Amino acid sequence: MIDFETVIEETAAAIVSREGESVTIDAFNVPYRVLNEVVRREIEKGARHIVLKNVNGQRYIGTGLPAPARIEIYGTPGEDLGAFMAGSEITVYGNAQNAVGNTMDSGRIVVHGHAGDVCGYAMRGGEIFIKGNVGYRVGIHMKSYQDKVPVMVIGGEAHDFLGEYMAGGILIVLALGEERVDFRAHHVGTGMHGGAIYLRGGIGKDQLGKEVAIVPIEEEDIKTLERYVGAFANYFGYDAREILASEFIKLKPVSHRPYGRLYAG
Amino acid sequence: MSEKITAPKKTLLPGDYKVTIDNDLCIRCKVCVKQCSFGALSFSEEQDRVRPNSKKCVACQRCVTLCPTGAINVIENPLTQAPNAYWREKDLRNIWKQAETGGMILTSCGNDAPLPQYFDRIVLDACQVTNPSIDPLREPMELRTYIGSKPDAVRVEIRDGKPVLKTTMPPQVKLEVPIMFAPMSFGAISYNTQLALARAATEMGTLWNTGEGGLHRDFYQYGKNAIVQVASGRFGVHQEYLEAAAVVEIKIGQGAKPGIGGHLPGEKVNEEVSRTRMIPVGSDAISPAPHHDIYSIEDLSELIYALKEATRYMKPVSVKIAAVHNVAAIASGIARAGADMIVIDGIRGGTGATPLIVRNNTGIPIELAIAAVDDRLRQEGIRNRVTLVAAGGIRSSADVVKAITLGADAVYIATAALIAVGCHLCQQCHTGRCAWGITTQDPMLVRRLNPDIATERLVNLLKGWSHEIKEVLGSMGVNAIESLRGSRLRLRGVGLSEKELAILGVKHAGE
Repeated sequence: MIDFETVIEETAAAIVSREGESVTIDAFNVPYRVLNEVVRREIEKGARHIVLKNVNGQRYIGTGLPAPARIEIYGTPGEDLGAFMAGSEITVYGNAQNAVGNTMDSGRIVVHGHAGDVCGYAMRGGEIFIKGNVGYRVGIHMKSYQDKVPVMVIGGEAHDFLGEYMAGGILIVLALGEERVDFRAHHVGTGMHGGAIYLRGGIGKDQLGKEVAIVPIEEEDIKTLERYVGAFANYFGYDAREILASEFIKLKPVSHRPYGRLYAG
Repeated sequence: MSEKITAPKKTLLPGDYKVTIDNDLCIRCKVCVKQCSFGALSFSEEQDRVRPNSKKCVACQRCVTLCPTGAINVIENPLTQAPNAYWREKDLRNIWKQAETGGMILTSCGNDAPLPQYFDRIVLDACQVTNPSIDPLREPMELRTYIGSKPDAVRVEIRDGKPVLKTTMPPQVKLEVPIMFAPMSFGAISYNTQLALARAATEMGTLWNTGEGGLHRDFYQYGKNAIVQVASGRFGVHQEYLEAAAVVEIKIGQGAKPGIGGHLPGEKVNEEVSRTRMIPVGSDAISPAPHHDIYSIEDLSELIYALKEATRYMKPVSVKIAAVHNVAAIASGIARAGADMIVIDGIRGGTGATPLIVRNNTGIPIELAIAAVDDRLRQEGIRNRVTLVAAGGIRSSADVVKAITLGADAVYIATAALIAVGCHLCQQCHTGRCAWGITTQDPMLVRRLNPDIATERLVNLLKGWSHEIKEVLGSMGVNAIESLRGSRLRLRGVGLSEKELAILGVKHAGE
């Protein structure tokens, strides 16, 4: 039986090539536990820029890193990319799977493709930019505290249960590629009690949770949109002004205590 | 002029209790008036006496306990309705309460309904003549228990005549006593209460549990003895929090409220609670019913390994569930999903707030659940993979011994711990008005609980229980709690049906 230490050392020797603070790792078919440990040890040795090539489904990349780093991913990372991530920056040149930025604390994830369900679950800080579509249950229970405000910008469409129980933060869905967007998602913002959702296009009231209302865009909102749509356009090569020229709506919670009257005491 | 009594909105609700004051004994010190946090007592200068408003009394016994002359009595309000064996007084009261508000009945603490008590119908064996008992005053008695997954087999090599363990052990956490403090969040309980739990656990070499409300800055120093929770709301969950702990626990369910989430009312979310949970002051802290990233055993496994990755596989990951109908199959799934510890919380488990309907009607008794889970895991040959913790309604060291003998490795206590520091089980935690300073965030009330005294009382409780456990271990002729685990042949049932005995895996007394 080979122990884990030996596996790590032997794998690292085979897949890592170093160049100063920059490290390139060939992740092809390396089990996630080994890959992530190799990455952590490179960071411990001082690497701050890591390029992962041939990533094929490895989970938890960016989780439990000993120090913040800049990670470029070529291929398709697996579930829970950047879960609990603190301060690192991940760029994915490809699609991502489910639960991108799960309970993320700070840092940034940029996905040049689509992503799956439950992205940004319980995110408490940092930024996520996804060029394409996302699946169901995205942005559930994002929360904010003072100046720690998580932001997620989705270039494509998002599906049902978007922003449920949202307690804070900013969720922007652009649904690019269509002139006039009528969102198809249902149960958007159910139980929402903090934060804001911005949608480019329209959504029926019957598609919203009872706890949210559509409110007009104000000066402050325009600034927010300019800032984050601007960043989005920068990452993915869009014209921000063109996107911002469209009509946006804002969803806001009706109360920060949606269930306060549910009980007889 | 007599005191003006403003009539409240017309209510049919009678008071639950009746407060009487013996004016001969009363010395008019007004301690009771100051101590009542529910507004049930006032002092009339004109009449020179304490005037109770019984309707507001919750029977927390604070005034009774602190009255220097024993002048106060709180009794159940006698005969507020015509006798009726079916329509109980509390049924009427709840109906009126709902007829007046349209809301759910909210309550706290554990299920108080007269369900069967299996602990009380199970008796322990003792040695007589043929195998001598052990004297715990003379012989060492081992209560030490290790939390964590145990390997299927260990490989040992002899090097220079000495055994060397060749198997890489999964992470283990040492408990000096197999009794841990159950999850109670800062927010549900006060700062001083959580401080006392943390200190007592540290002193006794056991663990306390943050609950789902994050870890207060001041309590990071007690991290080595902390289990930190990751619940559906993910309050205060971040890298540092996970790193600070001894064990990370995914909270799926709670015995007092299986299948539902939690709403910490905005009133309890003050500056400190807000900082620890990282949500705005006054905002409800809403924990959704499920984790929305967990809809299957595979999803659970994904979160277990996310937490292992985040802590570099150095800490056991626990999964806590409520005891429900198919608990054995669920526990098997959790063990296979990679958990190192499973906590089963029975129908008697307490809470800081829950709808009455859920607390009193959902779930199954812990005794049956722990026996069923232990059985199933043994049958499947995976019992060693997890530490099994019994929680929910452990009242005494006898309950601890019986839970372990039924198959648990250790237990959680919460209600018993709170009682040790002063709780009188008035079931008003959800109001935030706890007169004992335990389940409140009101600074005036929080100050009532001296954390030094509370720590000492908790340490004393664990010491007392430890002595008692050692005593019965000796009487049964075993010198380590490990030897008792799952040793159900040392138990007998009294007055239980065949089916109950079969599930518990114990014989009837006399057999």
